[in-house]
Amino acid sequence: MSVVRGLVVTGLPHPVLCPDANEGYAAIRAAFEQAADLIRADEADLMVVYSTMWPSVIGHQIQARPEPTWVHVDEVFHSLGSMPYTFRIDAEFAHAWDEANKRRGLMSRTIDYHGFPIDTGSVVALKLLNPDNAIPAVICSSNVYSDRAETVVLGKACRETIEALGKRAVVVVVSSLSNRLFTDWIDPADDRIHSPKDEEWNAKLLEFLGEGRLEDVAQLSRQIQSQVRVHKVVNFKPMWWLSAVMGQHNGYDGDVLAYAPIHGTGATVTTLVPSAAALGDKEFDEDDVEVFAGDRNVLSGAAAPPVPLAPPSPEPRAAPAAGVVKTSAAPKPVGAYPHARRVGDLLYLSGVGPRQPEDDSIPGGPITNPDYDIEAQTRAVIENIRIILEAAGSSLDKVVDVTAFLVDMDRDFAGYNAVYAEVFEPIQATRTTLAIRALPTPIAVEFKVIALP
Amino acid sequence: MSTGSILAGALAPHPPHLIYAENPPQNEPRAECGWENLRWGYERMRKDLDALDYDVIVVLSPHWQTYVGTHFLGVPRFESLSVDPIFPNLFRFRYGLDVDVDLAEAICAEASSEGLVTQMMRNPDFRVDYGTIISSHMTRPAWDKPIVGISSCRNTAFYSVEVMQEQSLALGRATRRAIEASGKRALLLASNSLSHRHFTTEGALPEDMSREHITSHAMYLWDMKVIELMKQGRSREIFDLMPEFVTQAISEADSGALSWLLAAMDFPTEPAEVYAYGTVIGTGNVVAAWTNP
Repeated sequence: MSVVRGLVVTGLPHPVLCPDANEGYAAIRAAFEQAADLIRADEADLMVVYSTMWPSVIGHQIQARPEPTWVHVDEVFHSLGSMPYTFRIDAEFAHAWDEANKRRGLMSRTIDYHGFPIDTGSVVALKLLNPDNAIPAVICSSNVYSDRAETVVLGKACRETIEALGKRAVVVVVSSLSNRLFTDWIDPADDRIHSPKDEEWNAKLLEFLGEGRLEDVAQLSRQIQSQVRVHKVVNFKPMWWLSAVMGQHNGYDGDVLAYAPIHGTGATVTTLVPSAAALGDKEFDEDDVEVFAGDRNVLSGAAAPPVPLAPPSPEPRAAPAAGVVKTSAAPKPVGAYPHARRVGDLLYLSGVGPRQPEDDSIPGGPITNPDYDIEAQTRAVIENIRIILEAAGSSLDKVVDVTAFLVDMDRDFAGYNAVYAEVFEPIQATRTTLAIRALPTPIAVEFKVIALP
Repeated sequence: MSTGSILAGALAPHPPHLIYAENPPQNEPRAECGWENLRWGYERMRKDLDALDYDVIVVLSPHWQTYVGTHFLGVPRFESLSVDPIFPNLFRFRYGLDVDVDLAEAICAEASSEGLVTQMMRNPDFRVDYGTIISSHMTRPAWDKPIVGISSCRNTAFYSVEVMQEQSLALGRATRRAIEASGKRALLLASNSLSHRHFTTEGALPEDMSREHITSHAMYLWDMKVIELMKQGRSREIFDLMPEFVTQAISEADSGALSWLLAAMDFPTEPAEVYAYGTVIGTGNVVAAWTNP
């Protein structure tokens, strides 16, 4: 399990500097301490922080200084006091994530300068969640212009790096829920959420997070931005990042450890743990982008070129296609395509059905037989996928994404879903299931798979 | 005590690139060249402003962003290292600046009397924002004048440009009254660019000027419209145009700095002296000053 826990935490300094000023601040502080205990029990070896309070313009920036040290003062709440810090940064991970970002088309760079101003939110999160620096940390900025695609790819690159380096990571987003501060000084005893509308939205967000419905919250990000966020930046992005780095689904055990107003904002410490019991399919209302090729190269005025995941062939028409996988152990393709193709750090499989490699027979019978067995077909599909993956040097447990096609959703979903769960529940690949009119051969089910090599 | 006055007000933008290209001893990174039109414009403006023999620089910076009122530096001296959070590769600057705390407190009090939420910043560990440092350095690199540092209250983000305008008007009036009562001769700096859409990529050599231009023609047209009004002394029209300008040009004037400057100078009708216009990583920047006759 690469990401063992996700957290959503406030970044305002009150839990550090004046936790006893009111009951709410004390509850948030106590929740931070509870979360720190949970993290210790997780035996995590990496803490990744994405802070909405560290804005960047030139892509995303990743802190890579091994021991940044400073005395930080918040630019608004400076009267509450100073926050001295020394953190332990996993520079190796920072550089690896930076490289993964670049491979996926993102503008990215590491930061290694004495005196770099680590933002209040990151300071608060690391001081309270990792008080003795037991876990090496990494901090990433939030680009003011970035959209969903860029932020999702950033999260996927982070997840890929966590897996590649074999880390047990806790991932943290520093963000308030509603972020409207009171614009005057208040007595902490009078603190409350800025408006009933903000309170209602916060309740909805916490209900979703408490139920572990992270991807649902991510898909609400634009509505959240328009409803309860002061528009300091183009988008509300932390849930895009968190969902992407945690696998983009709704199957988590969520727990709202605390929720309280801090100077009018909705402050929470909420934790999400990947759950073996929960089922949650991603139900994207937008493309699930792997590589960012958006609004770039504006300096030259030219359209952004496609971003290759692997070095392009110098003579693409004449050279054999790189990374192609064909195997006689799998059913013959019904067209001019390979069984799989490796591109960069991912392995893409062509659609795989249940046909048997040796004679093209269909386990469970063809769909021309009204009594065909969807469960037998599904098992055969998964077996064929295993054969192809292993021929490519991969394995079923490295599957990261599945798109399943059913010709009769009403009849077959339950049987297919049960067989699927037998194999894929521990793997926790993301999945999309579509109903389609027909497949090229008389089969009821076909999978399209993306895996790590 | 004689009546104080605002001798001049300048639009003094703060791209760290200018100091990077200038290579002052306080800045660690070194550059070959870059953004000469803006830097040479600053040189010409410095000569004109130095001749005025002002006592104090009052600067409102978009990069001290406060969401609870307007804040004022309130510690007599700051010495530290400023590292730009966006462009740390360009700007790592050792600074030492003296604060005119008396004048800061006076402006703060006047602003409070206008109904604004205010706060003096008394924490000695506070790091002065890089906008204040860059605009001050480019205007007075000798660092021999005390500074009054004013934060940017983010009314545009919180409410609207119109609310920012109202509060900037009040802050401008308060600034003028406090300066007049102080007997001091002040130079005001609005530390903001005009159009403010950045490029989101940067070349391996940041000072490669073959890559530098405005992000879009629309931004350029807006910048020219505002500059033309400045040159014609139609500052009130600039103020009135602000809601549209901020929206259309994503202008850093959303900080309230330019509105405050114009209000403090009671909307000068004399033409501004425009020393330079140039782009920095795609944003539009003008170096210009109004001097009170």
